[in-house]
This record gives sequence, structure tokens and C-alpha cells, in this order.
Amino acid sequence: MIDSNRLPSGQPRIESLEMRGVSKRFPGVLANDRVDFDVRSGEVHALLGENGAGKSTLMKILYGLYHPDEGEILLNGQPATIASPTDSINLGIGMIHQHFMLVQTLTVAENVALGLPSSRGLLTDLDKVSKRILELADIYGLRIDPSAYIWQLSVGQQQRVEIIKALYRGAALLILDEPTAVLTPQEVDELFVIMRQMTRDGHALIFISHKLHEVVEISNRVSVLRDGRKIGTKMISETTKQDLANWMVGREVGFVPDRGLVQRGEARLTLEAVSCGSDRGTPGLRGVSLDIFSGEILGIAGVSGNGQRELAESITGLRKVTGGRVRLEGQDVTNFLPGELTERRLSYIPEERMRDGMIKDFSVAENMILREHHKMPYSRAGFLNLGEIARHSQALIQKFQVKTPSQETLAKNLSGGNIQKVVIARELSRSPRVIIAAQPTRGLDIGATEYVRQQLIEQRKAGAAILLISEDLDEILALSDRIAVIYEGQVMDILPREAATPEKLGLLMAGVKEDAVA
Amino acid sequence: MKPSQKEWISRLVDGLLPVFATLAALLVGAVMLLFLRVNPLQAYAALWEGAFGSSNALAETLVKATPLLLVALGICISFRGDVINIGGEGQMIVGALLAAWLGLTFTDWPGWVMIPAAMLAGFIGGAVWGGIPGFLKAYFNVNEILSTVMMNAIAVQLMNFLLRGPMIDPSQAELASKIPQTARLVEAFRLARLAPTRLHLGALIAVILAVLVYILLWRTTLGYRIRAVGQNPHASRYAGINVKRHIVMALLLSGAFAGLAGAVQVFGVNYRMITDGSASGFTGSAGFNGIVAALFGQLHPIWSIPASVLFGALLVGANSMQRAMQVPSALITALNGLVVVFVVSSEIWRQRRQRRRLASAPETESSPGSGAASPESAEEAV
Repeated sequence: MIDSNRLPSGQPRIESLEMRGVSKRFPGVLANDRVDFDVRSGEVHALLGENGAGKSTLMKILYGLYHPDEGEILLNGQPATIASPTDSINLGIGMIHQHFMLVQTLTVAENVALGLPSSRGLLTDLDKVSKRILELADIYGLRIDPSAYIWQLSVGQQQRVEIIKALYRGAALLILDEPTAVLTPQEVDELFVIMRQMTRDGHALIFISHKLHEVVEISNRVSVLRDGRKIGTKMISETTKQDLANWMVGREVGFVPDRGLVQRGEARLTLEAVSCGSDRGTPGLRGVSLDIFSGEILGIAGVSGNGQRELAESITGLRKVTGGRVRLEGQDVTNFLPGELTERRLSYIPEERMRDGMIKDFSVAENMILREHHKMPYSRAGFLNLGEIARHSQALIQKFQVKTPSQETLAKNLSGGNIQKVVIARELSRSPRVIIAAQPTRGLDIGATEYVRQQLIEQRKAGAAILLISEDLDEILALSDRIAVIYEGQVMDILPREAATPEKLGLLMAGVKEDAVA
Repeated sequence: MKPSQKEWISRLVDGLLPVFATLAALLVGAVMLLFLRVNPLQAYAALWEGAFGSSNALAETLVKATPLLLVALGICISFRGDVINIGGEGQMIVGALLAAWLGLTFTDWPGWVMIPAAMLAGFIGGAVWGGIPGFLKAYFNVNEILSTVMMNAIAVQLMNFLLRGPMIDPSQAELASKIPQTARLVEAFRLARLAPTRLHLGALIAVILAVLVYILLWRTTLGYRIRAVGQNPHASRYAGINVKRHIVMALLLSGAFAGLAGAVQVFGVNYRMITDGSASGFTGSAGFNGIVAALFGQLHPIWSIPASVLFGALLVGANSMQRAMQVPSALITALNGLVVVFVVSSEIWRQRRQRRRLASAPETESSPGSGAASPESAEEAV
């Protein structure tokens, strides 16, 4: 009965898939330089690399979105041509994108059926689709209700819909592009259970991630790309996180920054039962109270969308506080204008740096003075002092190691890491009393991340009070003195760093109070 | 980093692109002329002759270009502030009305007082007419494209009422024809002529103002703020800029320059305010054509100078082409439209090409990914 060449879903296995000597050239950049990569049935092969290392390019070639300039793809030892995603789907290759490709207002079954021919011609065959979804869900342990609407599902459940979509289309090999980026630790664990089940059944999985501990936990083999070249492939059992980090960056990396000992000072920023609305008109914050002291980093952990953005914006004057008080060094600054808060040396590293922190068609120099463009010495009697602006930005470019052809370069032409360096340079060079850092390392590669974290540590040493909002638990754990968990606009609990474990935080992030469990 | 020879060539191509586009438009126009059984070479020769053939022709071109440039300068400011001002016509009219009223009321003022005062009156009239939609946009979220167009309609009615009623030329008031026009300004108030042609001081004023607008936009705090608000209101708010106030400011200044164009038209060309009952009867559609000239000049005040001259030349030259070759006047409008379409298309093409060049720019230092643009980051940026 059991056909060993077939998967439980009924599809033929992909015993092996091999990319040989694949090169992809974009004008002026060699994105992939003779890369060899292979994945076998029954294994998770992790692909590691910094932003721009060529991971996405390589996977887009495999999925048929790009055409390689050189090299070949062998499927079960036979040369295969993949000219489009349709070809790759027909060959049994599926891809789970980082950003879900789901229609929020349709049901699970409708989303799965979307784009496929119906067995009933012009009429839909959703009953049949639902039946098949339940079959697949049963085989792979993916609990899902085919008639649920996508907007009703959590992020983790939506990801399961994406996996079912790929399986429904007959995927034997799955490419998972940073699948854990949006999940809570518990959801990550659940995803890993599903991934293990799939590999036991004979699927081949390619796992793309920045997070080394996840790679070590789930993968059988790992390959590292750097500057478009493959640095090497190793069995997970034969390597360590530190080795992999060094491979990725090409030098020794200080893994967890040395925080040093800092004496905690006076309370610099105090929130007293602060409430505010969200963009959707629902409550954003519901009575948040916090104290942040000089010389400390207070981490805010939480699943995205639980009030982090509202918290940052209501402190920085960008969102109207509807209840409670915000105090900066004892003074009531509730609903002060952003400019007035700048005067009081409150710095803000915004979450969406391209939207809130930068003007992309302005030059680097113009962006460097964004907050102080109207003040001496950058502006005198209404006229900009271009000489002084140039001197200032040149100094910051050097001090903060911003890689830019010149200070006249438009901000939009810099890489993500360098754009963040400009924001950091502008915000941290003003000797801030209080710093609000929202997702300061999101989307940055290891080198830039390390740099940003180091800068925050420096500011802590200098006595600043820092509020660090991050969805990356590792970051929160590595940098914070205390950790507050936010859930549905409320602070669930504040833990000292020593008492905080990923498990404890994960429960709180999901809205579960420990005493309630016990 | 010195630009290489290749880079110079591609910069040269970029710079000459509008010229090529204009030539291509004339080529298509030539086909249309052939259908009308007119020799395109002769027709274009007449156009050239009409626009640049003599010192008088050249002067006419510059006279036409002057209001275009003034309106275009205002457009540079408002469009840089991401405010679309379609109200140039109305702003010209109101500016002209206020200036004309001043000139006809205080006839005993010396010229050196009246001329600056009248220019200021035009500036203020246009500023009010632009400021109102600016205020409505900033504080009540009224779409400025709609409101500026509606302000045009109001201005036309205001002009017709005043020029047929309270401000009508007394000599016309007694006639049956009742041409809507004011009395003539006294000679002392007329803008000085620059040569023994119709070319007047207004052209010089416009060029000087182009330089001043450039300084305003890129050398002052106000210009920085207007551009910042136009590019990214979120980041501007974060920077402590009062976004609403600068939206009003952008439209107000834009209207002011159009109002000045109206005043210059009265004091430099007609020496009275006259219309045929429509907006273009007074403005010659400069309030609209100025937008095209500004876009042609890539919303840069200095580049708007040649752009305005080009459109001035097309307007003047096409008129004499029409007279010489007996082509229908609709063709002139079509020719103007063709130039706009070709130039705008070439601009889009240029931007794409530039983006491709940037995406493929070799790293200045260090590795891909950490430097300027890698394919991955370039895609994200788009």
C-alpha cells in the first residue's frame, strides 16, 4: 500500500535537487557567482547569509522568477528547465513567501482554490477543495478550518494556510523564506513540528533565516552565502553558531555585545496610565504605566501589532494621548509637539525608517539635519548654512561609518543598513536624554545589527534612558536590563532580565499570565 | 570621484532629451501637416521665422514667455510641496484686478512708487486666491485640484463683473458694444521697454525671480520645509515641521507668482486689463501653460527659463505659421499637445534609465549588500 517513492499527499518525491554553478549577473553586480546548492528528500537545508548575499536571487532562480546566466538545475539527476513559477510548481517546488500572499476577505478554501481551474468549469468546487484541505491537514497535522476567513486567523495560522496552498499544488520541495520572522516563540515551535513531520514524510525543505539558533535547531545541513558566493556547506552537527556567524560576515563577530555595568540613575521617562487610539480607531494603548531610568535599557517584547507602534508614537508626540500622562525628567510633556520634545533631547529611531525617519529624495546631508534644520548653526535668519551642514554631516558620516558615495547622495540610494546608520547618527549625536528605539535592527544584516546594538549600549553607558521596542526576542534578551511584555495595548508584566526566559516571555506575549496558568 | 567619459555622454544625452523629444513631436506634426496637404518644411520655416526670425519676433516670443515663466516659478514651489495648483488662471486674474485697480485709482502717484506697489498688489492678490484653497486643503482636507479649478471659475465671474461694471473703461460704458476692459493706465505706470520692441521689464523681473525662487527652495529654511513636507509629510512631522502651515505656504506662494504674472501682463503688455469674457481672453492660458513649462523644466526654476521660452516660441511661431500656411488653428493646439506628450514621455524614460543605472552602479567601496545598491535592496526600494 505504501509507495516509498510517493509522499503522503500522493505526489512523487523529489529525491534530490541540485543547482550547479549558478551565476546571475545584474548590471554591475554579480548576485550569484557559480553557486552550487543541493537539497535532498527528507532533510532541511538552511540557507544563511546577510542581506544582499544572494539568497533571494538564488531562490528566485529555483522558483522560476529569474533566469540564471550560467549553470544548471538537476532534478532527481535529470536536467530541468524552470522558466517560470508555473514550471516550478509543476515540478513540485513550492515557496512560502515572507509576506503572505493571501486575500484577507476570502476563506481558507477560497484562497487555496484561487488561481486554479475548477473541476466544475465556471462554477466553483469549494466543497471538493475543502475536503482535500482537510485530508492534507490531517496528514501533516495542520489544524485549520477551511471555511474560516483569513482575517480571523492568527499569523501562525495564516502561515499554515500558505503551507497547505503549496501542498495542495503538489509541492514536494518547499522553500521557506524567513518563515519565523513574524511568529511568536510558541508559533515557531509549532512550525518546527510541522517541518519535522514533512521531512519524515520525505519532503525536501529549504529554510532561509537570519536567526542562527533556529538554523541550528531545525536544519540538517547549512550553506552560507556571502557576496554572491557560497562560502561552504556543513552538517549542522559539525558546526557552531559562532562559526556560522563568522562565515556570514567574513570576520569575527562579537555575538552578544558586552553591556558592562552601569549604575541605574533617576527616572527619565515616566508613563502614567497612558491610553491612545490606533489607526483603525480601536484602542491602541490601554493604560500603560512605565518608568525608564537613566542608564537602563527597558525592552518591550510583544507580537507585532499589540500596541508597540502606538507606544512609540504617543511618547514622541506623533499620536494623540487620550488618557494618562507622559513625563520627561519630571515635566509633563503629554501631547507636546515633536519639535518641543526634540528640544528636550528626546531621540526617536522610528520603526518605519523610510516613512518616518527619512526623506528619501533628500540628500544624506539634508537628512542629517532633519530635526535641527531650523536651528543655529545650520540655519541663520531663515537661510540654510550649507557649509556648516556639510561639515556636520561629513563628521557624522565618518563617526558613524555611513557608507555613501558622498553626502550629496540621495538617501534612497543607500542600502537599508546605511539608511539606519544615518538615522542613528542624527538621533544619537545630539547627546539624548531619552531614546525611543523601535525595531532598530529590523531588516539589517549582522554587521549593521551589531553596530546599532553597540551604539545603544554606548548610549546606555552615557546615561541615556532607552526604550527598546523589538519583535526580536534575542535582541530584547541581549540588550535589556528589564523587559516589559505588551499585549493588546497593555503591559502584561515587567521582568528583570535575569528572570526572563523565552518561554516565560512567550506565554506573556500570547496574553497568558503565569499565575492564571498555575 | 570624477565622472568618466561615458558618464559625460549619458549626461549630455539626458540634457538634450527634451530637445530630441520636441523634434520628434514636430516630426509627428509634419505627418499631420502632410495630411492637410501643407509642406511641413515650409510650415516649420514659417514657425521658426515667426518665433525667432527677427528681433521683433524674438521679442514677441519673450513677451509670451514672461507670464509662462512667472506662473511656472509658482508651480515649481507648489509641486515641490506636493500641492497641485491648477488655479494659475484665477490667480493671474485676481492679481491683475488688484494691480489694475491700484493703477487706475491712484493716478497721481509717481511711477517709481506705483510700479513696485502694483507688482506687490498682484503678488498679494494671487497669494490670497492661492491661499484660500491651500487653507481648505490643510485644515479641511479639501482636494486642491478641485478647489483651485473652482476658484478659477469664481475669478472669471469676478473679472467679468468688474470689467463690465465698476471698473469698465468710461469710454466703453457709453458705447453699445461694452467691451469688458478697463481704462488705460497713465504712461508713467507702464513697465519700461528693454529694446525698441514690445519686450518689457517684466521679462527681466521674471528671470531675476527665477534665481530667487531657486535660492528660496534650496537655500532657505522655508524652502527646505516646503520640500520636506512635499516629499514626506510623516517624516516632516517627526522633524518638528508644522505640515499644515507649509501646505498653505506652498499654495499661497504659488498663487502669488501667478498673480504677479497677471500684474505684469497689465502693466507691461496691454496697459489695461481686457478680456473677451473668458479666462484665457485675459491670460492667454498662461495659467495652464505655465504648469507645462514648469514640468518641462523639471520643476526647477532655472530650467523653467528655457522651457518657458520654448513654449513662448511655439505659441508665437504657430500663430505666424497659421497665418502664412492657412492651417486650421486646431493644429496649433495639437502641435502644442504633441510636444507636451513627447517631452513628458521622454522624462519618464529618462527616470527609468536613471533608476536602472543606479541599480547597476558598481560599488564605490567594500562589498555588495553593505554598500549602495544590490539587486535585492534595489528591488525593495522600488
